[in-house]
Amino acid sequence: MSERKFGEGAQPSPVLTRRRLVLGGSLLGGALVVGYAATNFGAIAAGALSVGAADANPGVFGPFIKIDEAGWVTVVNRYQEMGQGTHAGLAAIVAEELDADWEMVRFESAPANAAVYRDVTMGIQGTGASHAIAGSWDQLRQAGAAARTMFVQAAARKWSLPIDSIGVRNGVVYHVASQRSATFVDLLADAAKVAPPEYPKLKDPKDYKLIGTEIVRRKDSQSKSNGTELYTQDVRLPGMLVAMVAHPSHFGGKLGSFDISAARKVPGVVDVFEIASGVAVVAKDTWSARLGRDALKISWDDAKAETRSSDELQALYREIAKGKTDVTGSAFQTKGKVDDAFDGELFEASFDFPYLANAPMEPMNCVASVDGRRVKLTFAAQIQTVDQINCALAAITLPGMVEIETLPAGGSFGRRGTLTSDYIVECVNIARHVGGGRPVKLVWTREDDMSSGYYRPMAHHKVSIKCDEDGLPTAWRHNIVSQAIVPFGANDLPTHGVKNSPYLSVASVVDARIFTPKLAVPPGLWRSVGNSQSAMVMEHTVDLLARRAKRDPAEYRRAIFTKVGDVRKLAVLDLVCKKAGWGSPLDAGWARGLAIHECFGTVVAQVAEVSVQGGNLRVRRVVCAVDCGIAIAPNQIAAQIEGGVCFGLGAALYGRITLDHGIPQETNFDAYRVLRMDEAPAVETHIVPSKKTPTGIGEPGVPPIAPAVANALLSLTGRPTSSLPFVI
Amino acid sequence: MKLNVNGEDRDFDGDPNMPLLWVLRDHLNLSGTKFGCGIAQCGACTVHLDGKAARSCSVLAAEAQGMKITTIEGVNAGHRLLVAWVKHDVPQCGYCQSGQIMQAAALLDEKPKPTDADIDAAMSGNICRCGTYRRIKAAIKDAAGVA
Repeated sequence: MSERKFGEGAQPSPVLTRRRLVLGGSLLGGALVVGYAATNFGAIAAGALSVGAADANPGVFGPFIKIDEAGWVTVVNRYQEMGQGTHAGLAAIVAEELDADWEMVRFESAPANAAVYRDVTMGIQGTGASHAIAGSWDQLRQAGAAARTMFVQAAARKWSLPIDSIGVRNGVVYHVASQRSATFVDLLADAAKVAPPEYPKLKDPKDYKLIGTEIVRRKDSQSKSNGTELYTQDVRLPGMLVAMVAHPSHFGGKLGSFDISAARKVPGVVDVFEIASGVAVVAKDTWSARLGRDALKISWDDAKAETRSSDELQALYREIAKGKTDVTGSAFQTKGKVDDAFDGELFEASFDFPYLANAPMEPMNCVASVDGRRVKLTFAAQIQTVDQINCALAAITLPGMVEIETLPAGGSFGRRGTLTSDYIVECVNIARHVGGGRPVKLVWTREDDMSSGYYRPMAHHKVSIKCDEDGLPTAWRHNIVSQAIVPFGANDLPTHGVKNSPYLSVASVVDARIFTPKLAVPPGLWRSVGNSQSAMVMEHTVDLLARRAKRDPAEYRRAIFTKVGDVRKLAVLDLVCKKAGWGSPLDAGWARGLAIHECFGTVVAQVAEVSVQGGNLRVRRVVCAVDCGIAIAPNQIAAQIEGGVCFGLGAALYGRITLDHGIPQETNFDAYRVLRMDEAPAVETHIVPSKKTPTGIGEPGVPPIAPAVANALLSLTGRPTSSLPFVI
Repeated sequence: MKLNVNGEDRDFDGDPNMPLLWVLRDHLNLSGTKFGCGIAQCGACTVHLDGKAARSCSVLAAEAQGMKITTIEGVNAGHRLLVAWVKHDVPQCGYCQSGQIMQAAALLDEKPKPTDADIDAAMSGNICRCGTYRRIKAAIKDAAGVA
């Protein structure tokens, strides 16, 4: 096969350069080793991870675009579609540069193959940090433009006309003067013979016909409304068994003695056996597996388990933040000389955050089969490369031998991005025991899901701030206590939103530290990660500082953003104030609260209208302003902001997982209260026009809502908030 | 036993105490009805029993015998709610939406012109973790032809 380059340019894309080279000689009994030209370590690692994988076969238009004889343009989505609408934005980027007919554009999930489908920034195939659009912007524009050029060149040859006299619109290649035109289908065979251009010309944003318009809508609304969308829970394969697992009741608990005789007798139960994470019951259907599991008699060994309660842990965290334990702090931002910077009158505040479950609508599940060294997974994978590595370790094979068919997720909010691949490895362990390539569907109940950990970690923040005569911070001390979600390197995620905040930038002395306690409760990634806690701390603190200085909260922020030159935040702040009618009177009993936060490169400001009626907190309207760079899919940006507000508001009002002697108390929606329709505010989304590279939108809508509500409450009642949830 | 699902008599010879949800999903291959909580708290498994919305996770197969069971698969492709759902791009992850539509369909059967309060009252038992509530409400009102 000839060497081809697709859409390389601003961002060198070794992903797209398909070359055969020897990476590790002949592994796996002579299996062909296909590697990829390596310009950096990520590419070498990605190539190594793909050893043994089926050839991704990029096709004539590269690995992200397929065009068929029926005229369908299929955009290959390497990210997890968990509701965030990424597929629509990615498809729009391709369709814009290709000048395709949007009605003939569809999408499909990419196979797991880090060499071809890794995120260029993360270095692995995975979805997180609201990065899908930002990570694809250059690559997909170039892929779309390259394909367009191939069609134009094919037409130019066929019609013997100069290339620059030929245009493309809605999937039709045309020449005005001669009134000639041809569809992509007409030119498909000829275009395939054209060498893809190395540096295709990209459109000037002023010529966009699709990007930024209401034409860009979801492609899956139909199948997700009429019940035909296939989720992991819906997978049925010939011979498939259904598994449930009895897990330890405590985190860090282990299997003690157990009696499986009664479980084995349950009709439909096929097998019962011990696995690393508990006792697995494998049955012919879900209900039999459930009855089989109910019939197990198990005593757990809790000798090394976490048996403390939430209030004990929260008290411990406060002591840690004061430096009174053997958990030492590690600096994440320091500036100036502390000396006497904190002498004199200080503003001090502290904040407690509970554990929170992600609780997506679809409880965790997975379908796996293991046949010798071949592992096949069919499920809503979020970080395919990590899952491949973890499953390869479990099944004693190579990551590339772990094939993943990625399905849409019935929500994730980070739960399916767990770095240990906990439930996926559990499913592989069961399928390995069953053996013979027989597929097994692991089903977790809601209770399994909510008591499984990987929670947003419990946290404590403590701030001590010195201000000047205008009330602006001059010295900022900040101690965070939070478990580490990523088990290696600095404990960075909880510092997001504090580190390099404009409020720290304006101070001349900064002393910010993170304390990392070790607990058996596994911490996880929760939509917006550290930002949902840090936004509450920073934005509520700033309102308290403004109040202390007798300044308007919007004006106070404006003064800081002006001083540090944060023009993006200034623009977002101005837009939200204008649209929310900041400063104008509200009806009696209602107050506005403001918050603004940058999360994964996107700035979101929210103004919430809040009232306390008969002891009930009501939020009726939330006005949002967003700067996410070039807005590709405005309708889906609005959808993510609406959803982010609801997700964050439900958590702020009610969300908590309480440990009682180590056991999670909220294990279903009766106790783990979430936002419901009668509590959902009207959300308005206003986008700041921008020419900058797009940034993400799946998570940034979440962080500002809790402090916006806290600030409105402060305005209503004069009382600060020092812990979440609001309603206990 | 015989179960009447979407106008058809279907045979089911398993455990009569099996929740209808698992009969539909595992035995009748109707996977549009979703498992969310198992205790009638989330509404993802909503079906119609004799025209009324019911949580299929908490109805036993034996109890559903003799009733007319309607699932999302039994809703006509051109149903005004399905059309409105697509028009408003309601779904995000989509997992709760067949339950939302079954709940909304029962509401419109009972109250063809629902008020906001009617919609809140009927729909607040159906959780959407993606937070599509306001779009659901807009789609219901659109389908019902109320402003």
